[in-house]
Amino acid sequence: MMSFALTRLLRAFATLMLVITFAFSILRLSGDPAIAVLGPMAPAAALNAFREAWGLTEPFWVQYSKYVLSIFAGDFGDSMRDGLPALPLVLERVPATLSLTIPSLILTLTIGIPAGIVAALHRNSLLDRTVILAAVAGFTVPSFVVGLVLVLIFSVTLGVLPSGGQGSWLHGVLPIITMSTVSIGLVARYSRSAMLEVLNAPYIRAASAKGLKWRDVIRLHALPNAILPLLTIIGLMVGSLIAGSVVVESIFSWPGMGRLLIISVAARDLAVVQCILILITVLMVCANLTVDLLQAWLDPKSRNKAHA
Amino acid sequence: MNSAPLMAIRGLEVTFGTSRVVHGIDLDIAAGEALGVVGESGCGKSVTWLAALGLLPGMAATSGSVRFQGQELCNAPRATLENVRGRRIAMIFQDPSSCLNPVRRVGPQLVEAVTLHTNLRGDEAKTEVLRLMELVGIPDRAARFNLYPHEFSGGQSQRLMIAMALAGRPDILVADEPTTALDATIQAQILDLLGRLRRETGMALIFISHDLGAVSQVCDRIAVMYAGRVVETGAVTEIFAHPRHPYTVGLLNSIPRLDGGQDDLLTIPGAVPDPSHLPPGCAFAARCARADETCATAIPPLRGDGAAVACWHAALPNPSLREAALA
Repeated sequence: MMSFALTRLLRAFATLMLVITFAFSILRLSGDPAIAVLGPMAPAAALNAFREAWGLTEPFWVQYSKYVLSIFAGDFGDSMRDGLPALPLVLERVPATLSLTIPSLILTLTIGIPAGIVAALHRNSLLDRTVILAAVAGFTVPSFVVGLVLVLIFSVTLGVLPSGGQGSWLHGVLPIITMSTVSIGLVARYSRSAMLEVLNAPYIRAASAKGLKWRDVIRLHALPNAILPLLTIIGLMVGSLIAGSVVVESIFSWPGMGRLLIISVAARDLAVVQCILILITVLMVCANLTVDLLQAWLDPKSRNKAHA
Repeated sequence: MNSAPLMAIRGLEVTFGTSRVVHGIDLDIAAGEALGVVGESGCGKSVTWLAALGLLPGMAATSGSVRFQGQELCNAPRATLENVRGRRIAMIFQDPSSCLNPVRRVGPQLVEAVTLHTNLRGDEAKTEVLRLMELVGIPDRAARFNLYPHEFSGGQSQRLMIAMALAGRPDILVADEPTTALDATIQAQILDLLGRLRRETGMALIFISHDLGAVSQVCDRIAVMYAGRVVETGAVTEIFAHPRHPYTVGLLNSIPRLDGGQDDLLTIPGAVPDPSHLPPGCAFAARCARADETCATAIPPLRGDGAAVACWHAALPNPSLREAALA
């Protein structure tokens, strides 16, 4: 188990380094922050002074190694727009984002998994087909369309829910629904196929043959086995919810990390963008690490391998 | 068969979508007897028993009658079937390793069967499980109680499945190719175990197999199936000595012999017909040397009492039996 956890941690660290490197290089290749911040009409002297001040004139690898070293010292650089440290600027947006993603994740799990399992248990029935149709619709319609349609119905036409901003809990309703539509659809579909696969397993037939009531066959034998493959999907879901917050926060003017990312990319605010990307990577890596460890712990086969 | 049979199957038919795989099976099972059901893959030998216990997936349509001690099981309500399964008729399967739930320890899985069928709970149930594990020959039981299924070999898993089947003290144990996935030596051990358990408990055994050798080892009576029908039944000794249906003859000839040369392995020419395109007459006619026009147009009924055969050109029964009948 120890060596298993250790290799997973090393792999997580490698992922993080890869993301840091990519974010650093691609941002510097994609445009000049001096022009983005000062504007295209700024005098050349001002532009050069800006570049000098932010160390943009140094060779690429010098900038890179300085950056990586400072990250490990806990310094994520300063925002180019207002000169404030990037990390606190980003961290103060995290609660707003989590107040959308955590309810969305809970909705995804509490609606998606039961819907998929009920569909699998009533395979080919009207109920099953309805669930599949809703699920496919859910994950194929892009979330910006869902968001705009919801705004059109509930804010513009009915006028019952606010179309944007952060205030009472009512402001969160439309963004959370928009964000969870895709993941509910995906999780429902995966749950259905995971359950169908388990229901075809010989041990389900054997459990029925021994005289267990059908609902006990499902509860004691099918569900514990169907959950295992679902864990991986749930880990990926956490990542996609965070990624989805970029779109949803923009639609609903939600003051979270996603919206800050859009603003900072447009402004070529290097330190802030990098800081957000690193934070998102850490969140995703943590989610996947938790899932991996949980899976290894729940699956007796891999648990034994880890012991050996 | 003088007294009423323990189980009576009449006209059992099973259809998957448009293809019918079982075409009217009639079989009686007497208390305590060992019946071997023999045939090639896809002849319906497993499906018959899965249908009898209502274990087929929803898309399978079953009709006919399956009576266990007078109680109708065919298309019976779920509650009726759940009361019969495990307690009156237990079933074990091919590929025992995948018949145990992989994420639960085997001990609790066996305890589940014991608490389901007896009044034993807690430590008493565990004691009963350990007794069953001893009965089926699992060594070092106390330590193995808490292991997971993947920590057992195929043979050990089948022993566990048999122990689980015995938990309900069933009247009939249906063993669906129980040794097919196992090594030859383990096969022999499982066959011995099944034979011994049947003698000790007095339960009837339905042994489904394509291996005539294995069947002859544990069974008193054989039913040979071909393309969803029983084509010949009779006592094991009688069928081995005087097979009457050409298909039975072919099956017996294709058993490899230890003393035979390399060229002596005989096979039945042709292949089993597609269940959705069966010929109008005898399903075996295309592969049969004795076939004529009758065989191509009319399905031969299963005729005879005790020993029966479904062939227009069946070989005569054992001469001594015939003389006895004539006398």
